[in-house]
Order: sequence, then structure tokens, then C-alpha cells
Amino acid sequence: MNDFAHLLDRLAYEPRRNAKLRLLQDFFASTPDPERGYALAAMTGNLSFREAKPAMIRGLVEERVDPVLFDLSRNYVGDLAETVALIWPSPAMDPGPRKSSNEKSSTGRNTGAAGASRVDSGSSRLASPGTTVEGREAGLGHNNPPPDVPTLSDVVETLATTGKKDLPRHLAGWLDALDETGRWALLKLVTGNLRVGVSARLAKTAVGALGGQEADAVEEVWHGLEPPYETLFAWVEGRGERPETLNPAPFRPPMLSHPIEEEADLDKLDPDAFSAEWKWDGIRVQLAGGLDRDGRQVAKIYSRTGEDITGAFPDLAEAITFQGAIDGELLILREGRVQSFNVLQQRLNRKAVTPRLLDEFPAHVRAYDLLATDGEDQRALPFSERRGALETLVRKLDHARIDLSPIVPFATWQDLAAARADPASADAGEDADAIEGVMLKRLDSVYQPGRPKGPWWKWKREPFIVDAVMMYAQRGHGKRSSFYSDYTFGCWREGAAGADELVPVGKAYHGFTDAELQKLDRYVRNHTTKRFGPVREVAYGREAGLVLEIAFEGVQRSTRHKSGVAMRFPRVSRIRWDKPPAEADRVEALERILERGEREIAPGASMESDG
Amino acid sequence: MPISASELLTLTREGLYCPLGRFHVDPTWPVERALITHGHADHARAGHGEVLATPETLRIMAVRYGEDFCRSRQEARLGEVMRIGDVTVRFAPAGHVLGSAQIAIERDGKRIVVSGDYKRAPDPTCLPFEVIPCDVFITEATFGLPVFVHPDTRGEVRKLLDSVALFPERAHIVGAYALGKAQRVMALLREEGWDRPIHLHGAMEKLTELYKREGIPLGDTPKVVAAERKDLTGAIVICPPSSIQDLWARKFPDPVTAFASGWMRVRARARQKGVELPMVISDHSDWPDLCRTIRDTGAEEVWVTHGQEDALVHWCGTQGIKARPLHLLGYGDDGEAEPDPAAKPEMEEASS
Repeated sequence: MNDFAHLLDRLAYEPRRNAKLRLLQDFFASTPDPERGYALAAMTGNLSFREAKPAMIRGLVEERVDPVLFDLSRNYVGDLAETVALIWPSPAMDPGPRKSSNEKSSTGRNTGAAGASRVDSGSSRLASPGTTVEGREAGLGHNNPPPDVPTLSDVVETLATTGKKDLPRHLAGWLDALDETGRWALLKLVTGNLRVGVSARLAKTAVGALGGQEADAVEEVWHGLEPPYETLFAWVEGRGERPETLNPAPFRPPMLSHPIEEEADLDKLDPDAFSAEWKWDGIRVQLAGGLDRDGRQVAKIYSRTGEDITGAFPDLAEAITFQGAIDGELLILREGRVQSFNVLQQRLNRKAVTPRLLDEFPAHVRAYDLLATDGEDQRALPFSERRGALETLVRKLDHARIDLSPIVPFATWQDLAAARADPASADAGEDADAIEGVMLKRLDSVYQPGRPKGPWWKWKREPFIVDAVMMYAQRGHGKRSSFYSDYTFGCWREGAAGADELVPVGKAYHGFTDAELQKLDRYVRNHTTKRFGPVREVAYGREAGLVLEIAFEGVQRSTRHKSGVAMRFPRVSRIRWDKPPAEADRVEALERILERGEREIAPGASMESDG
Repeated sequence: MPISASELLTLTREGLYCPLGRFHVDPTWPVERALITHGHADHARAGHGEVLATPETLRIMAVRYGEDFCRSRQEARLGEVMRIGDVTVRFAPAGHVLGSAQIAIERDGKRIVVSGDYKRAPDPTCLPFEVIPCDVFITEATFGLPVFVHPDTRGEVRKLLDSVALFPERAHIVGAYALGKAQRVMALLREEGWDRPIHLHGAMEKLTELYKREGIPLGDTPKVVAAERKDLTGAIVICPPSSIQDLWARKFPDPVTAFASGWMRVRARARQKGVELPMVISDHSDWPDLCRTIRDTGAEEVWVTHGQEDALVHWCGTQGIKARPLHLLGYGDDGEAEPDPAAKPEMEEASS
């Protein structure tokens, strides 16, 4: 448990992806089964057990610590699990001298009763480095951990079998045995708050890297496996066979596309070799169906990262009556019309799936690829053949929740450019506003997981553009950790007193080159008016301020921004050193984009937060 | 008739004042006669008339402020009883930084100890804390909450060395206060076997040289040359805390930012500073040592100064020890006394 805890501790402080990957690989390579497997399960959210309630933990600590001191500490630290981890008194240890230890300890924490075991040095000789200083032997770890330090496996296995009544006793015993970092990780784990700054994907990438396997290869077998994944580790390390996937409806890693940056990119491509479809503004999902050993239908819906989201979409899961896998876009349809992403998001944000929610936000899938059918893998077939089989399947299903993503006909790239510019004119009809561009797929492309260059392209419609004024800047992370690289910008609107004021409408942290970043950073430092921790306010107003041209994909309502609107995927498209801030755009420009989407896509639909 | 504590020591605008000896202790404003516990800038200020301090502290002040930092200076030898006005005064080691001392003030059998900043943990760069039995003990409370338990420093230094081993192509930039902490980290690195150079930010140089002249071996500590920063792969660099997120730190190869401070025990504090490798190394007492020290002195009354006074005053109450907070202004606000980095307003909208 302590090793796992120290890994989590390091990961929590490490902003860089590659460094996280290295820490994970290091851990998986040096940790035995089943410990590493349970660690993998914890990091990918695949452990389930009775969670401990904060009140119970509080009760445990108040049996041991003065409640006044605990409250003062909790207020100061700001996090229950961390406060308890820090304040938990180690059980009294033998105060006599202990042998010094050469243990390679990354914790260094005193395992003894804090302070009580230290030797009081009353002498007054100036100790020089290298000599043993009084008190130094005291309190280091033992060569071997005491027998009661739990492993992660102990914890997971005990939690799975422990009743509510016995939980406090086990928890207290573990807290006594663990060091501070171990206690912190344990408390985060048992309260279900283990957010470690690592995606499931990254953890799987690290596992794959143990034996030169890609993350996608791990994904392929993942859904048939159970913690602690011994067969998985055996396979990647070349000690065992590839695990058979026992899941009748497994996830298959999706194939992704590269963007067409400008129209000239198309000149290198042959229009006859490609098929085109609309790019829908929803979320990518995979519908998977199959029969279990008893011959019962299993239906699964996966997100594009392989997360099982079946529970959130029972209305859609019903439609999975086939044995195979469909790749498609999850959309909300009302009376046959695709709703804006805004509407979809209202469904995604709800935790409880109520009949009313299902009724107001009916989920659909617009199918665009077929990965398996009748239990047969289709991915090695060319797209044209898969498409034919997909059309056959969707027709046969004849289900109102699943329809086909139509093919957009074109002969030349000019044709396609026209369709992209005005989808309504190219048969998209009333769904045109839910389209965010076109997809190009080579007719002969096999379905390859990941993002191979060449077979698939996305050509997004032109983004929206506004000119906004920089208001705040925040330091970035990782390579940009000392640069002011995240900018909050605002647009004009009429203030309470009738005078125009700038209100924040969004935040962007990319779209500029390294050289531009240096200039922006210098600008921020030279125009700072206030500092708030990592954030600086810069000069802004009618006379002073820097105008940023912001490109974005759409507008949503927001209760977080004072302006009431928020942009989707905003980025800095140009720095307008030349433009006077008084000439920046107004919030009304964003509201018009928002209203247009709501009115035209969803006439009459009442939005949650009108006004 | 026994003398009362408040006759021996009172609080004035300039700080603690002993009317019977006509001197201040660690005054935050220029005064006629000052007794200084240690060289950190919030305790040792320039511009006093006469200054009495340990020889090391006087030399630290001369390095920081120039030879003319006061009108006249006098060395206080540890353990020696001196008469000043109508009181006697004795300096004893505080274990905080090189030259740091507690000051015991006594008259008619009544003794007050001003401990300044102190720690009980071992430190290869200074003398260990000495317990002075007293009637009134004045204690700091920088880490005066039971969540603060400082770990063994060797483990913290090992974290740094392990990271250097794991990322040999990156430079490790360690933020540490220029007086005391920086040199302690260097000495600890040497104890753990790091025999390569320890590179220093320019702001560290003078005080590190002083430590070496005082007989503390710190090995090879070259100053970082601006143009060579990009070549310092695998190097350990020590700089002031304010520099770890600075333009200066950018030029090193893919830097890992570390910070050696007691505050690093709390994750949120480390994150706020953008620290990737927190090292919990403090020159102040942790909670158990604050409590232990109060008990060791046998004091009937405790005055609690800068830091988390409330919790320590409460704890004294539970132990039957009379205690009150002493709201001293001006301490712990310039970086070296480890001000709480959380004491900054949050900007909701801009940081959301």
C-alpha cells in the first residue's frame, strides 16, 4: 500500500505526461502481482467495494485527537482525507534506542510516535556533516515493515468482504500501520475519491509498454479481464498467452482522423478514392452486443475512451439487439431532428436517469461504421464493404434509435467545399446546424485503432471568430510552467450604470507559437495591475488592453461566467497588437450565435436557464 | 517581593521590550539597543544603535546589510551570563540556523526565555537547541497545528536524489531560503553521498561562503553562469523560493521544481506554488516538538507568537499551562520565516 501511495503522491505533483508514464512504468515493472494489478484497477476505476463515509472517518479521528485541534487543522488543510492522514497519531512505539536503517526509503517519514521518540540533544557541539548526529537514528523505518502494514491487495480483498460494522476497526488498524502518504491514499481510496491525475488510458499505455504493446492492444483485451489482471501482465511480459476476451460485447479502440488544415491539403488527395459524411456535433460512442454463455443478449455502450456508459443510456441500450459493434455519434433527436450539442450536454450532465430525462432528451446513434457483425470482426475489410454491411444491419434493425449517417455525394473537392460551407444545400436539411464539418474516409481503408495518417480526414467548418480583450493571465503547466500562457478574455456589454464594461467570456491557452507566447508573457508581466496567487490581472479598458482574436466552435450558456455564455474550444487565432480595445466585440455577438443554435435547431424547446 | 513577568518584558510598537534592561529583542523598527536572536531578516533588521548577538549572527548581519548595519555591536558568547541594566541575560543555542540563539532574561529568580525561532531536529549546520528551564517561555508557532509533523530529513533528500536518478536528463531546481535552509540542504545532500557540484543561484552565494568560512563543509558550490544553464542536465541547483517559477528557472533543461519547506507537508500549499517535488524540510519546530519543548522548559506560562497561535494556546490550556497569544507584528512576512503561502486572495473567475 505504501509503494502505491507514493506512486500516487508523485503522480499528483507531476504535470508532464511522459514523466507520469515513466513513473507508472517504473512502478508496474518493480511491483509484484497481485499488488500492481489492484493498483491498475484502482487507477482505472475498476474496484468496487463499500465506501467509507466521511462521518465515520471523522468519528475515528475524534477518538484519538482533540476535536478542537482537529477542526483548526481541517480548516487549515482544507481536505478531510489529508487532514486525517497528517494528524493520525501513530501508535506509541518503544521509546528505546533503535537500530539505524539503510532502507531505501522514499518516504523518510518517521514511523515512530512523532517527536516522542526523538532524542533530546542537550549538548552543544557543532556537528559536522557526515558524522552521526544525536537523534538521527531515532525514528527511521525498520528494515522490514512491521507485519501489519497492509498491502493494497489486503485492503481491496478485505473491503470486498467486510460488513459495515467491521469497517471502522479495519480502517483504524490500517491507519495505524501506514505512513502519512499511505494513510492519505487509503482514505482517498475508501471514500471513492481517488483522483490521481492519470487517465485510464495512460495507465494502460504504461502496462503495454512493459512488453512493447500499444495501449490499443491492451484495450482490445481489457474488457474481458478482472482485477488483479495477472493474465494481462503475464501476456505483456511475454510469459503467457494473449488473454481470451470473455466479454461477449467488448470495446474496440476507435479509429481517429487527422484534420485538413487548409483547402490546399486536399490537392494531394484523389477525390475518387474517398467517401464523405457529415461530421456530427455529438459524442462518439460504440454500441456493442453479443451473447453470453447462457445465450442471453449483452448490450454495452462505450465512450471513445472505452468507458462503459451503458447505465446512462438505457433507452439506447434497448436497441442493441444485434451481435456486433457499431461505431457512431450519440445525438439527441426530437421529432427526427438533431439537437444542438447544448441540448445533448444537458442530458450528459445529469446523474440520475429519470423517465422524464429519457423522454425529454431521447438518445440516438447515427451509425457510421461497423466493426463486427454476427460475431465476425469486420475491421480488416475495406470501408466500402463495411459500409455496405452497416447499411444492411441498420435496415434490418429498423430501430428508431439507430439510423445511418448519410453519405455526402461529391465529384470534386469544390463540390465538397460547397457542401461543407452550406450543409443545408447539400441535403443536410434541418440538421445542418448540428454539423461541424465533413469527414473523409478512404474507400479502401481498413479500420485501424489509433490515428493513422492518410486514411481518414476531418475537415471542420470554419470556426466562429470574435475579438476579445485580455483580462487575466495565469501561469501554465509543464513546459510552460513559468509562462503566463492561459488567458481569460472579455467582451463589451452595457454595465449596471449604463457605461460599457468588459466581462469575461472565456479562457484560452493555445493557438499561438512559442515565439508569440514569449511576447504575450512579456506583455502580461509589463501590464500587470493586480496579482492573485498564480493569476495576474492585466490592464484593460477602452484605452488600454490587448485584443486577442479568438476562434471557437460554438457558444453555450454558462452560470460560471458573469457574461452568461461560454465558448466551446476557444483558442487564440491571432494577436491583434494593432487593434484598439474599444473596438473589440460585444457579448451580444456571442448571444446571437447561441440564440441562432437554439432557435433554429430546437424551435420551441424551453431551455433550463432562460435569461 | 517577586517581580512579575510583565515588569520583565512588555510589548511595544517596536516589539518585545525589557524596561529594566532598556533593550528590545528582535525589534521590527530601529531602536537604541537591540538583542537579536538570529539573522533572518524579519528578526534582524539594520539601523539599530547597539546590537548584541552571537558572533555568527553579527557576521550574517554584516554580510546582508554591510559592515555599518548598526552603530556598535557586541558579541554574546553562548552560556555566558551578562548584566544589562537591572537584569541578567544569557544566550543559548536555538537550533534554527547558524548562530541562532534563545535569550534568557532574569531578575530576582524570575526567568523569561525568548526562544526566537527554534527547532529540535538535528541540523548539521548549527548547534542543537538547549532546554532552559524558565517561568515564562515565549514560543513561535509557525507550524503550530498537529498536522505538522516534520519527517526525517534524510528521506526528503533521498526523494530528490531518487528523482535525479529517474530523470537524469533534467535539471532539479530546489527552492530554499537563502539563510540556513539552503546550506542545510547542501549539507544533507553531502551526507547522503551527493559528491557532484551543487549549483547556486547568485542570491545564495555570499551566505554560503560565510557558512564555509564558519567551518561547515559544503563541498563544491559553483554559481550558475547564465549562459551555461542549458547544459546543466542532471544537476541540482539551489535558488531562492521566488525563483523556482521565474524566468531564470526556464533556461535549465526541462527543470523539475522542488521546494524545501515545512509548508510542503500540505499538498494544496505545494500545488499552489507549482512544486513538483515537495521536500518537507523545516528549520522550525513541528507540533510534537513545540509541545515537548513547552513541557521541557517547565514554564508555568507560555506566550505564543507568530504562526498558528490558537491551536497551541488551546493545547496549553488542556495541559494546565497558562498561555496567551502575543500578536507580534512584522514577523514571518518576508519569506525567510516561512510565511504561509495560502494567505493570498483567490481570484474566482480568472482561475476557474
